[in-house]
Amino acid sequence: MMSVETTALVLVLVKIALMLGGIMTAAAYFVLLERRVAAWVQDRHGPNRVGIPLTKIRLMGLGQPLADGLKMIFKEEYIPAQVDRPLYIIAPIVIMTAALAAFAAIPLGSVVPEITQLGIKEPIPLLVATQLDVGMLYVFALSSIAVYGVILGGWSSNSKYSFLGGLRSSAQMIAYELPLGLGILGVVLACHSLRLDAIIQHQADSGVWFVLAQPLGFVVFLVAAFAEAGRLPFDLTECEQELVGGYHTEYGGMKLVLFLTAEFIHMITASFLIVILYLGGWHLWGVTGSGVDVGWVGALLRMAVLMAKTFGLIFFFMLIRWSWPRFRFDQLMSLAWKVMLPLGLLNLVAVAICTELAHPSVAGNWLDSRLGGGGTALFFCVAGWGVAFLGLCAVALTQPMIGDNRPRRNLDLQHVDQQLDFEGRPSAG
Amino acid sequence: MQSNDTRIKWVEEPQLGWAGRMYLPLVFGGLTTTARHLVSEKVTVSYPDEEPKLGNKLIYRGVHRLNRDEQGRVKCVACFLCATACPAHCIDILAAESPWEDREKYPQSFTIDELRCIYCGMCEEACPVDAIELTSLYNLTGRSREEMIFDKEKLLSVYDATKDSEPMQSKSLGGTL
Repeated sequence: MMSVETTALVLVLVKIALMLGGIMTAAAYFVLLERRVAAWVQDRHGPNRVGIPLTKIRLMGLGQPLADGLKMIFKEEYIPAQVDRPLYIIAPIVIMTAALAAFAAIPLGSVVPEITQLGIKEPIPLLVATQLDVGMLYVFALSSIAVYGVILGGWSSNSKYSFLGGLRSSAQMIAYELPLGLGILGVVLACHSLRLDAIIQHQADSGVWFVLAQPLGFVVFLVAAFAEAGRLPFDLTECEQELVGGYHTEYGGMKLVLFLTAEFIHMITASFLIVILYLGGWHLWGVTGSGVDVGWVGALLRMAVLMAKTFGLIFFFMLIRWSWPRFRFDQLMSLAWKVMLPLGLLNLVAVAICTELAHPSVAGNWLDSRLGGGGTALFFCVAGWGVAFLGLCAVALTQPMIGDNRPRRNLDLQHVDQQLDFEGRPSAG
Repeated sequence: MQSNDTRIKWVEEPQLGWAGRMYLPLVFGGLTTTARHLVSEKVTVSYPDEEPKLGNKLIYRGVHRLNRDEQGRVKCVACFLCATACPAHCIDILAAESPWEDREKYPQSFTIDELRCIYCGMCEEACPVDAIELTSLYNLTGRSREEMIFDKEKLLSVYDATKDSEPMQSKSLGGTL
C-alpha cells in the first residue's frame, strides 16, 4: 500500500498524462474534423480515404491525423539562414507550453468517486490543479502568453510577412484581452469565485446558466474568445491571401506543427471556457443533477455532457469560419474598442447592480424578500436580456463600425498633384 | 479624368437596415446558409469507387473516334478540315486516293495526339461528313507519350466500342447522314 502522499502524487501524474495525451490527440483529430467540415460546407467530401495501412479499410479517413503526424515528424528540421536562431527555436515551444499548461486549471467533469481498492479514500476531482483558487486568472494569463510565442516567431523569422503577422497578432490580442476579461469578470462577480469548478457548481446549484442571465456578457466573451484563438473572422495574423502564412511563414516541419497544434488547443481551451463560464459546464437540467456526491454513472454522465457541449462549440467555431468573411484591420479594432469594450462594461455594470441588489446585506435582502429565490433569478434573466437588447440597439444606432470609405467626388486632381509634389519626387516617365 | 466627368457613374453603397446594424441577425443568416450546405448533397464524387454522372453523353467532349459508314469503311474523306480547324494542331492526316467508287480520297493514316488535344470539339464541328466525333470516354490514361498518339485503327476501335452506347450524332443533330 502506498502512502497518502505517494498516492496523491501518482494521481496527479496520471491526470497530467491523461490530459496531455487527450488534448494532443483531440487537437490532431480536430484538424481532421476541421477539414471534413470545411469540405462539407463547400459541398465536397473531404479527406476520407486514409484508414489502416496496407489494407483497404478506410474508417472514414480516421487514419489521416496519424499519417500527417508521421509525415511531419520525418520532415527535415530546416532553419532558414536569416533567422534569429535562439528565438526562432524557442517561439513554438513557448506557445505550445502555454497552450498545454492552461489545461491544468480546467475541469473536465465534476468528480470521480473514491477508489478504495487503490487507497484513494476521497472523491477525485477531474482537475489537475485542485488547490488552485485563482484558476480563472491562471487560464487567462497563460492564454495571453500565447501572444509571446506569436511575436517571437514573427520577429525572429526576420521576414516581412512574419513580422506583419506578429504585429497584427499582438495588436489584436491585446485589444481583445479587455473584452475577454470583462466577459470573465461578469461571471466571477455573479458567483463570487475564480475557481472554474466553483463557477460550474454555482450554475448547477441555481440551475440558471450564465448565458441566460448575462447574454450580453456571453456575446462579448464569445467574440473575444474567437479573436484570442485567432479564428476566422479574426484570423488576420495568418491570412494566407495577404501574409502567405503570417507569423509562421518561415517555419516548417515539427515547429510549424507545434504552432498549428497550439492554435487548435487555443480553440479547445476557448470552447471549454465558454462552456464552463456561460453554458453550465457539466450541468444539464434533469440529467446530471447538481449534488457533490455522484456515483460512477453520474460522474461519467457529467463528463459526457461537458465534452458534448465543448464539442458542439468547437463545431460552431468551424461553422463560423465558413460563414463570415475576415474583418479588415480597422474594423477589427473598431469592433474591439468601440463595440465590445463598451458592451462588456455595460454588462459588468448591470451584473454589479444585480449582484448588489441580491446581496443579503443590502436593505435586508430586498429582492429576495419581495420576489423569492425563483423570482430573483427570473428578474436577473429579464434584466440581462433587456440590457443585451438595449446595448445592441445602441450599437445599431451609433454605427461605430461603419467608416466613411465612399469615393470622394470633390477630389480635385490638381489638388492631389500638389500634395504629391514634394522635393525630390521622381518625375513622371 | 476629372471627378465631375459625366461619364463617371457614381454608385452609392447600400445602407444597412436596423437588423444589419445589430450584427447578430446577420450572423444567424450566414450560419443558416452554412448549415444548409453542410447537409446538402455533395457535388464531388469519390471517383474510382464511383463514376461521375455525365449529362448528355452525345455532347460530352472526351476521346475521339472515327466513325464507320454502313459498309464498315472509314467515313473520313481526308478533306483536312478538322486538321485545319484544330487550334492545338494535334491531327495529322495522310491522304491517299480512295479505293472506293463513291469518294475521291480517304485517309491512309489518321493520327490524333490525345495529349496535345485540348478537347474543344472544333474538329467535330468542322467535319462535313461527321466522320470524327468526341465520345464520352473521360478516363483516358497511358504509360507513354507514344501510346497516347491514336492512329486510325485505334480511333476506329473506339467507334466500335462506343457505337452502341453513343449512336452517331448525325441523325439526332441534323448531320449529313
